[in-house]
Amino acid sequence: MGVALKLVAQRFALGLLLLFLVSVLIFVGTLILPGDVAQSILGQSATPEALANLRRDLGLNEPALARYLSWLGGVFHGDLGTALTSGQDIATTLGRRLGNTLFLAFWAAVISVPLAIFLGLLAVRYRDRWPDKLISAVTLASISIPEFLIGYVLMYFVGVKLGWAPTVATIYDGMSIWQKLQTIALPVAVLTLVVLAHMMRMTRAAILNVMQSAYIETAELKGLTTFKVIWRHAFPNSIAPIVNVVMLNLAYLVVGVVVVEVVFTYPGMGQYLVDHVSKRDLPVVQACGLVFAGVYIGLNMVADIVSILSNPRLRHPK
Amino acid sequence: MSRELEFLSKQVAFGRISRRNFLGRAAALGVTAVSANALLSSAVRAAGPMKGGTIKVGIEGGSTTDTMDPALSTNNTSTMLLRLWGEPLVELGPNNSLEGRVAESWSGSADASVWTFKIRPDITFSNGKTVTAEDVKATMERHSGEDTKSGALGIMRSIKSMKAEGNDFIVELADPNADLPYLMTDYHLIIQPNGGKDDPNAAIGTGPYVIKSSEPGVRFVAEKNPNHWDSSQGHVDTVEMIVINDDTARVAALQSGQVDMIDRVPPRTAKLVSRAPGITVYSKSGPGHYVFIMRCDAAPFDNSDLRMALKYGINRQEMVDKILFGYGSLGNDTPINASYPLFTPVEQREYDPDKAAFHFKKSGHEGPVLLRTSDNSFPGAPDASALFQQSLDKAGIALEIKREPNDGYWSEVWNKQPFCTSYWSGRPVQDQMFSTAYLSTADWNDTAFKNEQFDQLLVAARGELDDAKRKQMYTDMSEILRNDGGLICPMFNDFVDGVSDKVGGWDEKTSGFGLMNLYAPVKTWVAG
Repeated sequence: MGVALKLVAQRFALGLLLLFLVSVLIFVGTLILPGDVAQSILGQSATPEALANLRRDLGLNEPALARYLSWLGGVFHGDLGTALTSGQDIATTLGRRLGNTLFLAFWAAVISVPLAIFLGLLAVRYRDRWPDKLISAVTLASISIPEFLIGYVLMYFVGVKLGWAPTVATIYDGMSIWQKLQTIALPVAVLTLVVLAHMMRMTRAAILNVMQSAYIETAELKGLTTFKVIWRHAFPNSIAPIVNVVMLNLAYLVVGVVVVEVVFTYPGMGQYLVDHVSKRDLPVVQACGLVFAGVYIGLNMVADIVSILSNPRLRHPK
Repeated sequence: MSRELEFLSKQVAFGRISRRNFLGRAAALGVTAVSANALLSSAVRAAGPMKGGTIKVGIEGGSTTDTMDPALSTNNTSTMLLRLWGEPLVELGPNNSLEGRVAESWSGSADASVWTFKIRPDITFSNGKTVTAEDVKATMERHSGEDTKSGALGIMRSIKSMKAEGNDFIVELADPNADLPYLMTDYHLIIQPNGGKDDPNAAIGTGPYVIKSSEPGVRFVAEKNPNHWDSSQGHVDTVEMIVINDDTARVAALQSGQVDMIDRVPPRTAKLVSRAPGITVYSKSGPGHYVFIMRCDAAPFDNSDLRMALKYGINRQEMVDKILFGYGSLGNDTPINASYPLFTPVEQREYDPDKAAFHFKKSGHEGPVLLRTSDNSFPGAPDASALFQQSLDKAGIALEIKREPNDGYWSEVWNKQPFCTSYWSGRPVQDQMFSTAYLSTADWNDTAFKNEQFDQLLVAARGELDDAKRKQMYTDMSEILRNDGGLICPMFNDFVDGVSDKVGGWDEKTSGFGLMNLYAPVKTWVAG
């Protein structure tokens, strides 16, 4: 147990260091981008006086390092600051957006992960026969088509032609959970199609790998059915690579859904981040960057730890 | 027109038969869809507005970074929002006329240098406070002066002093300006209690609606303001605005009935959308135009022959056909078109490769000309640049196209680089358009055009109260700009809106922006 604890602590410290580096990178990156927040807010209608006034009000005349340090100080006190463009409290707005993103990701994961694993098992059971080929063909096709195109196609046929689901997935407070679920039906379907193939292929490959082992042959000779062999003997032993790829895809569901959010006008983190990057609203970009990096690092950490714990050789190193 | 058709159109107006049904019967009577539609809309208007219900607007332009402060409003979404909860002193009416909103009436001194606005008595802000001339003065103060961040600052600079006397708001100008009431229609200049100095984001004004829920860049909900003074506006109980920036998603939302009206239907698909059942596409010409701008003070565009060569080398008709898909009109190298009140047509400049080659040779310039463009400078700008390249090629002029990123285009390329693509949304009157972008000293003189005669004419026209003389002056100015300026204006883009048949009271004649000058949710109603 001590080993596992030490491992988690190590990974956690490393994660924090990574987060800090990410925040430095984002800050420098945003500084390099052309134009500043004052210019971006006023856009084509900027006059020199208005620019100067806005820069002074936003505190942009301070040196960059001082701005970074004061931001960092705030973060350590749990204060993400206020958005330069709209003056809103970042933590509040971000919290709501993150909630929405997690809501969408959660439902996409609830559908896609079991489905992918089940399809993977099915593909192994009927290896090289028509169910395997059909599953592979469909999932590979769906991962190869750009997600915005899948979005538009579903929007047109399911939303406009059949009228089964709304094409605009704007959810807001005051909707019941059923209304929300109906509203996000199409984006969830698109996300499921996008992440399905990766997880399903990995499940199939990992289990096939284990199926070559001697103990599988033993199980077969005991007279177990093929599906039971796969489920009881092969699957537990291939859990590490599967968890790895599942975690990667879960991370994608949180940090990589900008396109789907834009296509379905879903009020999540992606759209929020993009709007603020184009306005050079540094504190918000920093905060979003931290959250995204945190999610990514966290899920990868979970994958690492699970794969170590599930492997006796790694659990008890010599 | 047959009696039967008239009867049928009234039936639709009262919601007894559907619009689709009506069009079918009209076709059976041998009437074209266009004239049947026209008949229908006049019948619906005549039936009068219906009260109640909800109108949902799918609108482009909103961003999560938007605020409620009128001074910082920059896009369609925030402007429509302002029109829900607030009102300016004066607003544009049909055919470029003016109608009073917070101001009941107004008058200018004989030399147009002092203007008096009479504030409508007994109207209240949505917080119950009565509107006074002091509130108006405070509003104007917040948009002017050294410290302001307002987008309306350019307009306010010409004001020398302001005062509030009883119910009158009096403006004294540094130079006479006959167009001052038009300037007061600027969308930033929403009258707020104490000018919004206490809380610019409070969204408290005199408009027909009150904002109930606001999530910038996502969704806004407004409910009827029961105390609004004007019963000819605010027919529906609830207005919902949903920000949908993706073109395809916006059109799909209209087609699936999730919203009742959308702005900026992409010209490429507008014809297809108009064929969908239950949807009408309205196209309205306006002052907005897509431009190629050359800075007259930067080499090689400081050469008037080179500028002329490029002006002759652009095929305007091709641009209107292929970039706007017919939803627009020909430009003529001046920012002014028929949507301006004192407009007289100037001879149309045609594509002429021979003249272009002649002027190019005369300019003595050698080698290619560099044009910068980006997707967001106007829809289809890179394609338009490629068309320009081909049409210039026939005149033996090489155009090199450099694609710039959208991000930072307005801060790094526009108004800085010598030759680039851009757009103007236009202004209600000539004076404002010329003063904003072509006066030597203007902040946004993006063509760096400096012409003494032009400047003198502009100032003289402001104080000229004789319309015929003013009209002549503006024609002369357009002529100067067209021959000597750095502006290549190939096309004026139409506003293309998509509207569900559920919406009654649509008026195509409203001047200004699309969606009935962004007043659509305020002026239309649910027709059943």
